[in-house]
Amino acid sequence: MNPTPYIVLATILFSLGSAGVLLRRNALIAFMSVELMLNAANLAFVTFARMHGNIDGQIVAFFVMVIAAAEVVVGLAIIVMIFRTRRSASVDDASLLKL
Amino acid sequence: MTLTNVVTLGLAAQAEASQEVQEASGLISTTWLLIALPLVGAAVLLLGGRRLDRTGHLIGCAAVIASFVWAVVLFVDMLGQDGHERAFTVALWEWFNAGGYEVRLDLLIDQLSIAFVLLITGVGSLIHIYSIGYMEHDERRRRFFGYLNLFVASMLLLVLAADYLVMFIGWEGVGLASYLLIGFWQHKPSAAVAAKKAFVVNRVGDMGMVLAIASMLVVFGSSSFQIVFAGADGAQTGWLNAIGLLLLLAACGKSAQFPLQSWLLDAMEGPTPVSALIHAATMVTAGVYLVVRSAAIYDLAPEARTAVILVGTITLLMGAIIGCAKDDIKKALAGSTMSQIGYMMLAAGLGPAGYAFAIFHLITHGFFKANMFLGAGSVMHGMNDEVDMRRFGALRAAMPATFLTFAVGYLAIIGIPPFAGFFSKDRIIEAAFGDNVLIGLCALIGAGVTAFYMTRVMLLTFFTNKRWADDAHPHESPRVMTWPLWALGFLSVAGGLGLLYIGGGIVDWLEPVTGEEHHDLPVPVAVLIALTMLVVVLGAALAWFMYQRRPVPAEAPAGNPVTVAARNDLYGDAFNEAVLMRPGQYLTRSLVYVENRGVDGAVIGAATAVGGLSARWRRWQTGFVRSYALTMLAGAGLVVVAMLLVRVP
Repeated sequence: MNPTPYIVLATILFSLGSAGVLLRRNALIAFMSVELMLNAANLAFVTFARMHGNIDGQIVAFFVMVIAAAEVVVGLAIIVMIFRTRRSASVDDASLLKL
Repeated sequence: MTLTNVVTLGLAAQAEASQEVQEASGLISTTWLLIALPLVGAAVLLLGGRRLDRTGHLIGCAAVIASFVWAVVLFVDMLGQDGHERAFTVALWEWFNAGGYEVRLDLLIDQLSIAFVLLITGVGSLIHIYSIGYMEHDERRRRFFGYLNLFVASMLLLVLAADYLVMFIGWEGVGLASYLLIGFWQHKPSAAVAAKKAFVVNRVGDMGMVLAIASMLVVFGSSSFQIVFAGADGAQTGWLNAIGLLLLLAACGKSAQFPLQSWLLDAMEGPTPVSALIHAATMVTAGVYLVVRSAAIYDLAPEARTAVILVGTITLLMGAIIGCAKDDIKKALAGSTMSQIGYMMLAAGLGPAGYAFAIFHLITHGFFKANMFLGAGSVMHGMNDEVDMRRFGALRAAMPATFLTFAVGYLAIIGIPPFAGFFSKDRIIEAAFGDNVLIGLCALIGAGVTAFYMTRVMLLTFFTNKRWADDAHPHESPRVMTWPLWALGFLSVAGGLGLLYIGGGIVDWLEPVTGEEHHDLPVPVAVLIALTMLVVVLGAALAWFMYQRRPVPAEAPAGNPVTVAARNDLYGDAFNEAVLMRPGQYLTRSLVYVENRGVDGAVIGAATAVGGLSARWRRWQTGFVRSYALTMLAGAGLVVVAMLLVRVP
């Protein structure tokens, strides 16, 4: 099996995700971009698992999904709280963590 | 030993100091009482508060007199023992035991220490009694007596200790008590400064004592007399010389010997009984005691012994010259003390040939110097505390008792037979000639100068023309002050003869501790005595011509350069200031500079650098999530690139 198309796709997805995190101000969009990056990684894991014919990569992909789900729970809660108090979902507005 | 058998001694004869030290039993084991009595007296007086203001002086006197009486009892008990079985140790308790060093609080009472104990408590008692009258109008008299008791107790511990470290407690106690007493009139800045000076100069000497004890611990593994003296035979001469020189430094500090003599003249700021106590019974005699007690070390350390002789000779001449020029009666007497202690040091440096004479002179000097100091105090008492001899004159009619007793002390110190000083000083001059003609000549010249300055003091105070201040009404002191003067006057007359000839005399008494040795004299003793007398008469006559023949001016004339130098203590203070104080100040200043700029600079510089850098680096924490994300991405990219470069599988 030729992994190249899958890896290229994963790379494209990862680049899109990272560009989204770096460029978009909306916390929800940035969050979705993070998910995109995670899924790009998942795709790479699964591809390599297929290529090598074992299931280690697929197991890791499951772990990533579970952790992503947990992360979404915590992350969304934080975003909602910030939105409630500041009436804004922009990540640049929440920049108080500095001297 | 009598005059005739000194003459007949042709060959050098030597007897080794040897006696077994025994455990004390019976009466002797109560030796600790000697120290405890004045110590308890001091504690009661100093802690008792104002309730004791009325009776304080009596408690103080009672404590010292009780100690003296007990010393006499012990002395009589020792007389009953055989001549070579008179040394006892009294074991009290173990002080501390650290590593290999065991220090026990033991007392050693032998012929030497009992002689000192009798002098300290005897003369001390008389001075205590005298102080009742002298300090009558001082509202802090109770405290004064407390300090006096502390002084006596410390000195007793010093001379009774059987271990250098225990001795050091007394040594420091004496330093403390002298500080408290010299600065007793602390409202006078000059007294406070003098007390501080005495304390600081004494610290220099104490340094020598501490280092000597440390050396003993290294060489002998102990600082107890018994072990140190027994081990001295097998020790290296280099170590023994070092210990001897360090002990000499300590002795110089306490005994005001060159080059640590500067505190003694300033110490005259204290009340006069204190001066008498410091100069006669306690404090300055400690150095001589230390050297004589360490005989076992000095006998085997020839270089250290030579140093002792040199220090003694230099000081005896310095003190005498200073005494010649002082117009302050107490300072003139202080110069004389320096000089007389110089004689004792000189004798102690001569080894077994001189130890006993050093102690002999120390005791007779204790009598006549206490006598003269108390006499000077009596004169001041009658003259509104005036000390300038140029304001005295013709006082013999106004103060007959003071005059007579002072005259006896005067005849004793210049060495007119049969007064006490003649016997003791003459022995030292003989011993000095027996050792070295040059040293002997110095001692001889010193005797002449002594006669000069003491005659000067005598004439300026009791003879010559009246130069009193307008409000002066000289009167005799109360009986409580003149009675001790008579007692000391009697001792100044009879002390020399008595000590030398009664029951074998002090030389035989001390022989088991100090050993005995005679040297050949270059000239017969009779010639030497005649020579000494001639020099003494010449000195006295010179003073008579200078001061009695024409009226003495009430203001001091300018004087020649030698007089000016002597008035300034031979520039001892200037020397200390130029050679020690100023360079010391420069050193500390430059060290402070190095400390501020170098050490502190490095530490503060490092802190400033870290602070500055962190202030810059802090800017990286913008608080923007996206910039953090970019950093993470860049970091991850770097990791990937690094992995690709090193090909980690």
